[in-house]
Amino acid sequence: MNFDPRFSGRKFTSVGTRPIRPDGIDKVTGRARYGADFNMAGQLVGRILRSPHAHARIVKIDTSKAEKLAGVKAVITAADLPDLTDGDAAMYDVLDNCMARTKALYDGHAVAAVAAVDARTARQALKLIEVEYELLPHVTDVDEAAKHTAPLINDTIFTEGLEEKPVKPSNVTKRSQFGHGDVHQGFGHADFIVERSFKTEQTHQGYIEPHACVANFSSDGTADLWVCTQGHFVYRQHCAQLLGMEASKLRVTSSEIGGGFGGKTHVWAEPVALALSRKAGRPVKLVMTRDEVFRASGPTSATSIDVKIGARKDGTITAAEATLRYSCGPYAGSWAEIGAMTAFACYKLDNVKTVGYEVLVNRPKTAAYRAPSAPMAAFAVESAVDELAKKIGMDPVDFRIRNAAQEGTRSSYGPVYGPIGIGPTLEAVKSHPHMKAPLGKNQGRGMACGFWFNFGGQTCTDLNIGMDGSVSLAVGTVDVGGSRASLSLVAAEELGIDYAQVKAIVADTSSLGYNDMTDGSRGTFSSSMATISAARNAIKILRERAAQMWDIAVDDVVWEKGHAIAKGEKHGNLGKLSLKEIAVESGKTGGPIAGHSELVADGAGVSFATHICDIEVDPETGATRVLRYTVVQDAGKAVHPTYVEGQYQGGAAQGIGWALNEEYIYGKDGRLQNPGFLDYRIPVCSDLPMIDTQILEIPNPNHPYGVRGVGETSIVPPLAAIANAVSNAAGVRMTHIPMSPPRILAAIEAVREWSK
Amino acid sequence: MAGVAVSTTINGDTVEFLCQADETLLDVLRDRLGLTGAKEGCGTGDCGACSVILDDRLVCSCLVLGAETEGRRVETIEGMAHGDRLHPLQQKFLEHAALQCGICTPGFLIAAKDLLAKNPDPTEEEIRFGLAGNLCRCTGYDKIVRAVQDAAIVMKGA
Amino acid sequence: MVEVTLWGSLAATAGGNSKVEIEAKDIRELFRKLAEQYPGLEPWIDQGIAVAIDGTIYRDTWSKKLPEGAEIFLLPRLAGG
Ligand code: FES
Ligand code: FES
Repeated sequence: MNFDPRFSGRKFTSVGTRPIRPDGIDKVTGRARYGADFNMAGQLVGRILRSPHAHARIVKIDTSKAEKLAGVKAVITAADLPDLTDGDAAMYDVLDNCMARTKALYDGHAVAAVAAVDARTARQALKLIEVEYELLPHVTDVDEAAKHTAPLINDTIFTEGLEEKPVKPSNVTKRSQFGHGDVHQGFGHADFIVERSFKTEQTHQGYIEPHACVANFSSDGTADLWVCTQGHFVYRQHCAQLLGMEASKLRVTSSEIGGGFGGKTHVWAEPVALALSRKAGRPVKLVMTRDEVFRASGPTSATSIDVKIGARKDGTITAAEATLRYSCGPYAGSWAEIGAMTAFACYKLDNVKTVGYEVLVNRPKTAAYRAPSAPMAAFAVESAVDELAKKIGMDPVDFRIRNAAQEGTRSSYGPVYGPIGIGPTLEAVKSHPHMKAPLGKNQGRGMACGFWFNFGGQTCTDLNIGMDGSVSLAVGTVDVGGSRASLSLVAAEELGIDYAQVKAIVADTSSLGYNDMTDGSRGTFSSSMATISAARNAIKILRERAAQMWDIAVDDVVWEKGHAIAKGEKHGNLGKLSLKEIAVESGKTGGPIAGHSELVADGAGVSFATHICDIEVDPETGATRVLRYTVVQDAGKAVHPTYVEGQYQGGAAQGIGWALNEEYIYGKDGRLQNPGFLDYRIPVCSDLPMIDTQILEIPNPNHPYGVRGVGETSIVPPLAAIANAVSNAAGVRMTHIPMSPPRILAAIEAVREWSK
Repeated sequence: MAGVAVSTTINGDTVEFLCQADETLLDVLRDRLGLTGAKEGCGTGDCGACSVILDDRLVCSCLVLGAETEGRRVETIEGMAHGDRLHPLQQKFLEHAALQCGICTPGFLIAAKDLLAKNPDPTEEEIRFGLAGNLCRCTGYDKIVRAVQDAAIVMKGA
Repeated sequence: MVEVTLWGSLAATAGGNSKVEIEAKDIRELFRKLAEQYPGLEPWIDQGIAVAIDGTIYRDTWSKKLPEGAEIFLLPRLAGG
């Protein structure tokens, strides 16, 4: 493995073009098969019984009546998923979340499941399962839960990360801290200080496809799982561990995936489906309803954040501090930690301190949601930054440019930055025509910045050259939004052939080596790196074969534009051999030609975005309308620019929904009040304007083509950009997300009241 | 419970099936007839992923009973292309990358077809309101609207 | 000898030191020696720690060399969407 991942600054032929995706026709004709579109002969229908209580001890579960119902083939409880996690606390939480063991920890927590011959019988069987609960006091609000007096969700948890181990258990599982310098001193040098507290409500990724899988457990101990997932290799490991199988005995095929955004990185129903199939001896299909998706998959955290920023008259920030509390659901997580790392990542700060607290609540287990934890922190910080700029009397863009991090800046989370794009996105915004467009009455413009790390990780690809010269590329990262097109472009680029000659597929877990989850915007970054490496390995073999065909030394053969070329005077009359010509002869020159790559893609480049948005606020009702929206983001290199734009637009739209409408609403009884798209309203077509995009390309030095991740950063700025626009339109500083009409109206009325 | 015998026309073909009285058209299409192009995103009429055209009317097939289709005409995504010739909307959705994950795409294509049948020359706003019953979580709708605009131009020319 | 910076919470486990000196040539040796010298760090290392070398974050690459004079920063492992 002597692959050189460094950026080489080459000229591109295929990369950067916009061909039609290879999986496109199937998707516009209804032929593509998603999680719920797969069936097996003799398959049963699985359904899960869920706790209606936010917090309750499970005293007894009587399944005997359900078992007796005609057509019921298996009923399971936690007893059928025994604890095999062997002290692995994180996996134990996953297991307990899949099927409650001693306590139901949130409204929607699974307590039992059935497999029956049809959906009607399965539903009837659920009604026949008798569960005796002993209700316990519950808490769903992040601030309430952090109090000493709050009901304890897990009395074995003592706050980690404190100087001294606490004597009493708490719902706060961990404290984390980042920063450098001395904020106390820094604030001492400030002429202006803004200090505010913010809250954001819990939101859901809202993918349109509910979780779905088909599990088939054979009596020989092997099993197949068809599932919509962002990481079939990780699902295999988790399911195998929870069911006590060897990983190689479980083959997981990832279906087409109908959206994930982080929400399909965790197993929920899959181990249950496998356990049902094992017990029933038949395949089991388990598809969540939308109600179950909201109540029992993983939304993001609700947060409560305090921010304090100080600056001198000249606009230099002297100190910045934030305390961030993030809800994790009933199991420990590291969400506040990420919030604490990302909060001030856009700025060059001598004195910065962030402290995160992870808080348990009786809500579903928090899962990642696109740049997890960053949007809330950015909302708080970017709102305060805007307010501070106003106080100083500086333009908010200029104020940010003055304080923007650069190459060589120590980031607020620790390391020193390489070449980064925050400055360029701000400059692009400053000169963007959107900033100069006129505004009408009750309209305001806001802007904000955002940061995300982007990940790399373990990756594996196989590139096989057919005898006809066509190329099949098998990748192990799931295609969540066009990556098969991007990776085909990369293979075509590296081999020097036409895009149409390459066909990319997502391989199942038995056909390819392990791949990490497709998360952290890593899909195109990592798999393109592995594809380049695999292609280079194939080229090495192609050169050897060409040398054989010509009967010359391999060192005299170079690869250029899809052809082997013999170099040097003495070979002047040899002409060139195309990839296809070499492939045709491969049977005689040593057999099939392939390139493989197994690597850890490191060095994913951090990425930054700046968004601009115009909002109109109706002062009578508090209703808002997004009039215009612009995204400027660094992609490193846009492999397929249309899909990069799509990522920018999609992230912005999700952020707009989060900012204005979406929220989990819990009743006093601890039950979720709005588990459906009618009451949990995500943006529809008529809610949004066109979303303009501008792609900047500041190459990532650690990728041969300069690629950074692009998928997540775009959801980070919208919350703050919109809050800043609302503030400019209606003269009120909104500190609670979502900024629903009643909240905005209340804020406007409070100002009216106060100015009377 | 005894099944109901239903005879209907789906994408121009006569189809006969048995279903339960309370079974939705979506379940019939997907589970009994193997037409899985219509998707279930919610089952409550809120997402439009299950859109089909029933006697020239756009409906959510999750809100229609299978038995109600007796003697009627159902058009689904599977009937949109003619052989290997894509409908202009399908072609434009591909060209504009109006799909990312694609789970919403069959519903959008059916809804857009219905929209253009009723209003061949819609404004952007008419498109946005016309497609407001369909949820897409991936695209932010920008490329969907552009694809429909572009398809409308092609279809007028045809 | 490389100087390693620990993020806030980790420093508390290493006896309050936010910077420690370690004789290590690669990430693997770094983790081994850190665990020897600061037993409090071991559970963190087991849970997964990322290492930033001159600003580039590495997760699982044991063989990654630590160049003399490079800036080495330990960070928590992250989840993404
Ligand atoms: S499934 Fe019919 S509208 Fe959502
Ligand atoms: S493309 Fe994924 S929901 Fe529309």
